[in-house]
Amino acid sequence: MNQPNTHPEITPDLVASHGLKPDEYQRILDLIGRVPSFTELGIFSAMWNEHCSYKSSRIHLKGLPTKAPWVIQGPGENAGVIDIGDGQAVVFKMESHNHPSYIEPYQGATTGVGGILRDVFTMGARPIACLNALSFGAPEHPRTRHLVSGVVAGVGGYGNSFGVPTVGGQTRFHSRYDGNILVNAMAVGLADADKIFYAAASGVNMPIVYLGSKTGRDGIHGATMASAEFDDDSAEKRPTVQVGDPFAEKLLLEACLEIMAADCVVAIQDMGAAGLTCSAVEMGAKGDLGVDLNLDAVPTRETGMSAYEMMLSESQERMLMVLKPEKEKQAEAIFRKWGLDFAIVGYTTPTERFVVRHGGVVMADLPIKELEAQAPLYDRPHVASPLLPTIHARDVAQPMSIADTLETMIATPELCSKRWVWEQYDHVIGGNTVQRPGGDAAVVRIEDGPKGLAMTCDVTPRYCEADPYEGGKQAVAEAWRNITAVGGRPLAITDNLNFGNPERPEIMGQLVGCLKGIAEACIALDFPIVSGNVSLYNETNGRGILPTPSIGGVGLLADFTKSATLAFKAESEAILVIGETQGWLGQSVYLRDICQREEGAPPPVDLAAEKRNGDVVRGMIHAGTATAVHDISDGGLLIALTEMAMAGHIGAQLDAAPAATLPHAYWFGEDQARYIVTVKQDDLLGVMTKLRAVEVPCVQIGVTGGDSLAITGERAVHVEHLRSAHERWLPGYMNSKN
Amino acid sequence: MKSAILVFPGINRERDMARALRLASGHEPTMVWHAETSLPKGTDLVVVPGGFSYGDYLRCGAIAARAPVMAAVREFAADGGLVLGVCNGFQILCESGLLPGVLMRNAKLKFLCHDVHLRVERSDTPFTQGYNAGQVIRVPIAHGEGNYAADDETIRRLEGDGRVLYRYCAADGSIGDHSNINGAARGIAGIISERGNVLGMMPHPENHVEDIMGCTDGRGLFAGLVEHLERAA
Repeated sequence: MNQPNTHPEITPDLVASHGLKPDEYQRILDLIGRVPSFTELGIFSAMWNEHCSYKSSRIHLKGLPTKAPWVIQGPGENAGVIDIGDGQAVVFKMESHNHPSYIEPYQGATTGVGGILRDVFTMGARPIACLNALSFGAPEHPRTRHLVSGVVAGVGGYGNSFGVPTVGGQTRFHSRYDGNILVNAMAVGLADADKIFYAAASGVNMPIVYLGSKTGRDGIHGATMASAEFDDDSAEKRPTVQVGDPFAEKLLLEACLEIMAADCVVAIQDMGAAGLTCSAVEMGAKGDLGVDLNLDAVPTRETGMSAYEMMLSESQERMLMVLKPEKEKQAEAIFRKWGLDFAIVGYTTPTERFVVRHGGVVMADLPIKELEAQAPLYDRPHVASPLLPTIHARDVAQPMSIADTLETMIATPELCSKRWVWEQYDHVIGGNTVQRPGGDAAVVRIEDGPKGLAMTCDVTPRYCEADPYEGGKQAVAEAWRNITAVGGRPLAITDNLNFGNPERPEIMGQLVGCLKGIAEACIALDFPIVSGNVSLYNETNGRGILPTPSIGGVGLLADFTKSATLAFKAESEAILVIGETQGWLGQSVYLRDICQREEGAPPPVDLAAEKRNGDVVRGMIHAGTATAVHDISDGGLLIALTEMAMAGHIGAQLDAAPAATLPHAYWFGEDQARYIVTVKQDDLLGVMTKLRAVEVPCVQIGVTGGDSLAITGERAVHVEHLRSAHERWLPGYMNSKN
Repeated sequence: MKSAILVFPGINRERDMARALRLASGHEPTMVWHAETSLPKGTDLVVVPGGFSYGDYLRCGAIAARAPVMAAVREFAADGGLVLGVCNGFQILCESGLLPGVLMRNAKLKFLCHDVHLRVERSDTPFTQGYNAGQVIRVPIAHGEGNYAADDETIRRLEGDGRVLYRYCAADGSIGDHSNINGAARGIAGIISERGNVLGMMPHPENHVEDIMGCTDGRGLFAGLVEHLERAA
């Protein structure tokens, strides 16, 4: 039974509460030539908020490279698609669920994972892996423990039940995320290259079918909330957070793949942000068609829902499809078999109008293309971040010995083991996880092999804060490097751009700077962007997060058995450093966590060196001469060596720092484009000769062996002692009380 | 070997199980939908795989235990047919009365996914004849509710009758609080029915059958089953 819809008067306050600025409201009046109805106002607010319209970022996103011969679908669809040969395609994307996760961590995280999985299987792919990048506030912040606990349980709760392995990611802590955590979830799926499904409807008078869970009042205005800053009252927005149901999503996945295999589908779009509104408009607008929706047919969870509520609900696990009319019965039978709701809720029309009817009354009648195309577009003022000075190693204190420093750093929140997190994720389901979490990149076998996919999530926010341009470059370069370090050929990335309030020129400057760096690195490394998501207004009480453009990278291994891992494999192998070590301490973990200084310019990224060094390392892996490989990143050379030693249960004898470099800068500097590679003694001469011939910097710094890390002239440190320190911090923190 | 894998809505490790059975036996298992009322003719092994049947929104396995296909499974088991339940499958077998006891939430209340060591308590059953008694194997777990519990009398009988086939242990085979990863009574990871033809276990041997996973200790269970069934045939 429908209650009469209430139609509040459209007042400036009501417009403002929909997140629309006065000039944006004027744009609506100009576009439709009259005052919008309440439902129409809701539709505009859903389509024109930052989250859905990309109004602040759109003009800058245009500069990103999105093409390569292996790119099947770039940004603009539910997810990006790349060709991996043999008729197979990989579909992937990363998306944020930041604001909801801060308000309600478990449900915020589950629905973040659910949303991204839906984006991938909507395109016809079976998800084969999930990754995530999580940024939390300082450990001392009173809410951090609760948020970590809820988010990790939520990520696991959804992926584990849905049945996809969660194989990698990042977890960081920094006070700048105190009031605004980041939950970025990435999903990767496998499809047949000639059976990709898109959102664009085709054909007039085609039935539009609603599938999946029922529509409730949850999540109304979720996307609008995600496009506003937080304040102290944000917890009151809890009702805008949706609730995830991984069981329903698993059924939806199996049902969708089954009706796709039965060739029933013309177009398909998941109901994500802004639910029915966004999905229906996209289907019509992309197909140059109108859409006529009858809300009386929408399956609802509760009675008395208004048109406004149904159009803005963000209830999860729902899909919209256009079916081939002759296959309608077959499709319905498949959905009934999986126990899912199935309803024809509208038709395509030739009018290019978006018409919404409820109880026999037209509640909205809007031009469908303009809803998307006429969304506000801002070239917001932006100022570049001031360049910070280079910090010289001689001006950085050495309060402790190298051995003491190592013992301290390996147990910091930044560098400690994140096992406590990833052991709550089922990372072995599928039986294809060749490299589990904890390495440079996860490796997942494709079906029965021999191909494999290498996947990683990377960004170093403190670099992006100090120099957005170099930080943007570094995020892409590190993703490329991590894929290279396991032997993969980097193919493409998805980006999840998390920034503060774009209406502040310095924040907009960070976005513009990072994008410039990202684009440049993508071009230099032949590593295009095929999908992404922008999350702005990540601020609380006027203070923005660290700029965090998370980069999700995917690479291909022609033969997964020819991949490398970071663990030392045997005693007496030569340890080589490939790439130049100058000892860059600006913005390093050493400078921040040992000297309590977050200062200076971050390490510059030489993209030509990245390419050259990485190609050589990948070649060594494929040739079988590299027995272990690890990229050098946070914490520098000695931290990378320690990670290799801990993974292999083998120590190393290391030469002292060369005379020209101060020891702390040598061991803990974060110069880019570097890898540690081990080779058998028999191969050493041949490898060195080859590296010299191609002019790749390479030095031997020691040999593997023993049960400790022993630097000439320093106290030796037991590997098992380092491991227990490394493993201790996070569980200790989570188990202690505030 | 003619195996049947039950598929309930929300089950998600059926493909992993199918691969392990295929690799061990050379035969493709049949997937059997929960709404079926009979098993394929000639079935000699029924497998209830892992996952989250019906979302595990009620007690784990409680709804699946009442699915139409389970009547056929009960009949099959009553005739002495071999039934293997892993993870959610173990929970379903307990809820359906084919095995005693219940799986409660892990003692530390968190979902856990990592490798564990198991001690094979005896090797004279179809489910363990691929191993030696006392052998320590390494397989992964992936569960939030694997904490086996039963009343004292049931535990006494399980132990007294040698019905505990797999027990959580340390790498050296020692058993105690240090090796009990989820709080299970007496470190129980897997038990058989009174008649010995139904096994339920929490860990996932099906995920350790190929070299690529870095360990193939799960193979013994499947190899033993194949050997047993081929000898019987």
